[in-house]
Amino acid sequence: MNFESQLPVLPIITPLIAAPITLLLPKGRAPWVWAVIVSWLTFAACVLELISVVQNGPTSYFLGDWAPPLGIEYRIDIANALVLFIVSGIAALVFPFAYRSVQLEIDERQSPFFYCALLICLTGLLGVTITGDAFNVFVFLEISSLSTYALVAMGARRDRRALTAAFNYLIMGTIGATFYVIGIGLLYQATGTLNMGDLQIQLQGQDNRMVQAGFAFIVVGVGLKLAMFPMHLWLPNAYTYAPSAVTAFIAATATKVAVYVMIRFFFSVFSLDFAFLSAAFTWVLLPLGLVGMFAASIVAVFQSDVKRMLAYSSVAQIGYMLLGISFATVEGVSASLVHVLNHALMKGALFMAVACVVLRAGSHSIDAFAGLARRMPYTTWAFILSGLSLIGVPLTVGFVSKWYLLQAAFSGGYWYAGFLIVASSLIAVVYIGRIVEIMVLREPASEGRYVIPAKDAPISMLIPMWALVAANIYFGIRTEWTAGLAVQAAEALLAAGGAS
Amino acid sequence: MEGWFEFALERYNYWIVIILMMTGLYIVFARGNLVKKVVGLNLFQTSVFIFYITIGKISGGTAPIFVDGHGGGGHGDDHDDGHGGDHGGGGRAEDGHADSHEAPETADALHGKVENAPGDLKPNDLQAAVDALGPAAEAADAPSLHQAPVDADIGKVANAPLTDIEKPSPDGFETVPDSAHGAIEALAGAGEVVYTNPLPHVLILTAIVVGVATTAVGLALAVRIREAYGTIEEDELEALDDVAEFGAAAAPAGGATGGAA
Repeated sequence: MNFESQLPVLPIITPLIAAPITLLLPKGRAPWVWAVIVSWLTFAACVLELISVVQNGPTSYFLGDWAPPLGIEYRIDIANALVLFIVSGIAALVFPFAYRSVQLEIDERQSPFFYCALLICLTGLLGVTITGDAFNVFVFLEISSLSTYALVAMGARRDRRALTAAFNYLIMGTIGATFYVIGIGLLYQATGTLNMGDLQIQLQGQDNRMVQAGFAFIVVGVGLKLAMFPMHLWLPNAYTYAPSAVTAFIAATATKVAVYVMIRFFFSVFSLDFAFLSAAFTWVLLPLGLVGMFAASIVAVFQSDVKRMLAYSSVAQIGYMLLGISFATVEGVSASLVHVLNHALMKGALFMAVACVVLRAGSHSIDAFAGLARRMPYTTWAFILSGLSLIGVPLTVGFVSKWYLLQAAFSGGYWYAGFLIVASSLIAVVYIGRIVEIMVLREPASEGRYVIPAKDAPISMLIPMWALVAANIYFGIRTEWTAGLAVQAAEALLAAGGAS
Repeated sequence: MEGWFEFALERYNYWIVIILMMTGLYIVFARGNLVKKVVGLNLFQTSVFIFYITIGKISGGTAPIFVDGHGGGGHGDDHDDGHGGDHGGGGRAEDGHADSHEAPETADALHGKVENAPGDLKPNDLQAAVDALGPAAEAADAPSLHQAPVDADIGKVANAPLTDIEKPSPDGFETVPDSAHGAIEALAGAGEVVYTNPLPHVLILTAIVVGVATTAVGLALAVRIREAYGTIEEDELEALDDVAEFGAAAAPAGGATGGAA
């Protein structure tokens, strides 16, 4: 019962136990302080876990000491240690960032509930990532989703459309989760097990219609959760009307975790010799990824609301991740994993910048950004640098993931996909450039709704935001941590999926 | 013709599941009233509950019993709970047991069989082989109940405890291996006994809790929407939002963004 052996369970139980305690704290600053401390502890546990996995290889933790496949197993290899690292890292930055933004956007009486829901959401996201049990994934997925519905709805204080956005998200998210459960049921019927590692062994050589149906249900269910292109309709509204800090958190984490689940199912549960899988890659993931990249990017260009524009951009970026998966090569999957990490960094920073603007200007409409460079220079430059990262300019993380993706496309023989990746990046230049032009070249409004005091965001928001921007640049230059580990993770995933 | 009819009738649970599922989904998509949508969602989820409970019923199955501590037997023996799961008449489970007589008694040999077999076996046969692994692995690894009567069929004795549960005797489990009586009865009854796998029930209890929470959040949101807008009809909500955004109940939202489902 030493600390080392209990380490894998700490990222889950720390926020889970802390969440109800938040409700007992007095309103005001206390819940926030508590949530920040917990998020840092969780992040520390995840960092230790990542280091231990990198040094000693994958670890397993048996919940309640019940050995798998009977008991629930937490299984951590490099792939999910990386996702744990990024999710808890974003939480450790967004939670301190949230205070001023939440003070403005949420009723103070609700602050204990808000931070409680935020911690539960963190628990769910980390749980989905860490668990090695297929049904456990569903439970944690719903834990995170239910708290997200509540968090999105809390935006109703500023805009009542948050309520309808949350309701639509609830309907879509629940249908997605239920599809996932149906899929798991079919796989359970075929194999009699729920443990992912064991599922892979039992599914060897099974290619009957029941397994195929289960596979299809799981892909559609998880696809709804990760906003795969035609199933993304819940996302723009939810991101637009959620409180700004919530948007920064869920945009950087929720869909990424769902992408991870998809990767895990494709390569760790189903093997590459499952014929249906390659059909899904060629006929579903590849075309939908490509169409999503373009359709969502083009829609993003015409938005008059910056948050909504970034939300559509997220849908487009998910297209890149799906594209990487669909190549089904080590390069492709590692490009996809790298992009999961990098997109979390850039979207986190971008939505944080928007939250700063909302704090001062009271709006995330594009008009509020006019002349921002003179009013809020630090926020403006954070937005510009992470925007460049989103486009994929060299020396930023965006470039690293585009580079890996292009390499994967050309080495896999999908040269047309390579050109389309570049072309859709050019659309990103248009929609980010449009905001940058307004921020830098326009005169600030001198009268009307959007008059901004010449005062930058408070220091408690600037530090986390710039920390993320710095990460965008640091990991863009030193690629061995994110990209190097992602390649290792992809090699391990594909070796398990292809060789056995 | 008659065979077809029986085929359909035997699977009536599944028909119920499919009909409920489609009804639920249809309500979610076709109704504009938010409360009706939540109810549709509930129906949809309920169909999944029934599906799980259906797959938990196993003809001629038996509970997996671990004597030597949990996990002691390793991989193979953990599976017979689910693998027996052929509720079309228990055929698969019996195949499995039949196999186990012919196969060498040691688990290692069976492992070998499983590893060599996949190429030329049908999926169900592979399943059967894995099933067979269950009792045999126990026999090899642990001094278990199933092993005790050496000359008896492994398959029969595996079912013996079940009969005993149905007719509780004062002596309980310990005496089962001694009574050939129990084994014979088990042989007779194995085909008709419907074993209920507890695992899907546990899963569904969890899913019911999730479903209740979802319904509660959904209805709470409907209440808040009603407070904020004064209506819970989707069309009217959209019209109100259009008025707020464009100043008049304009034409449907621009084509690029598409309508929210």
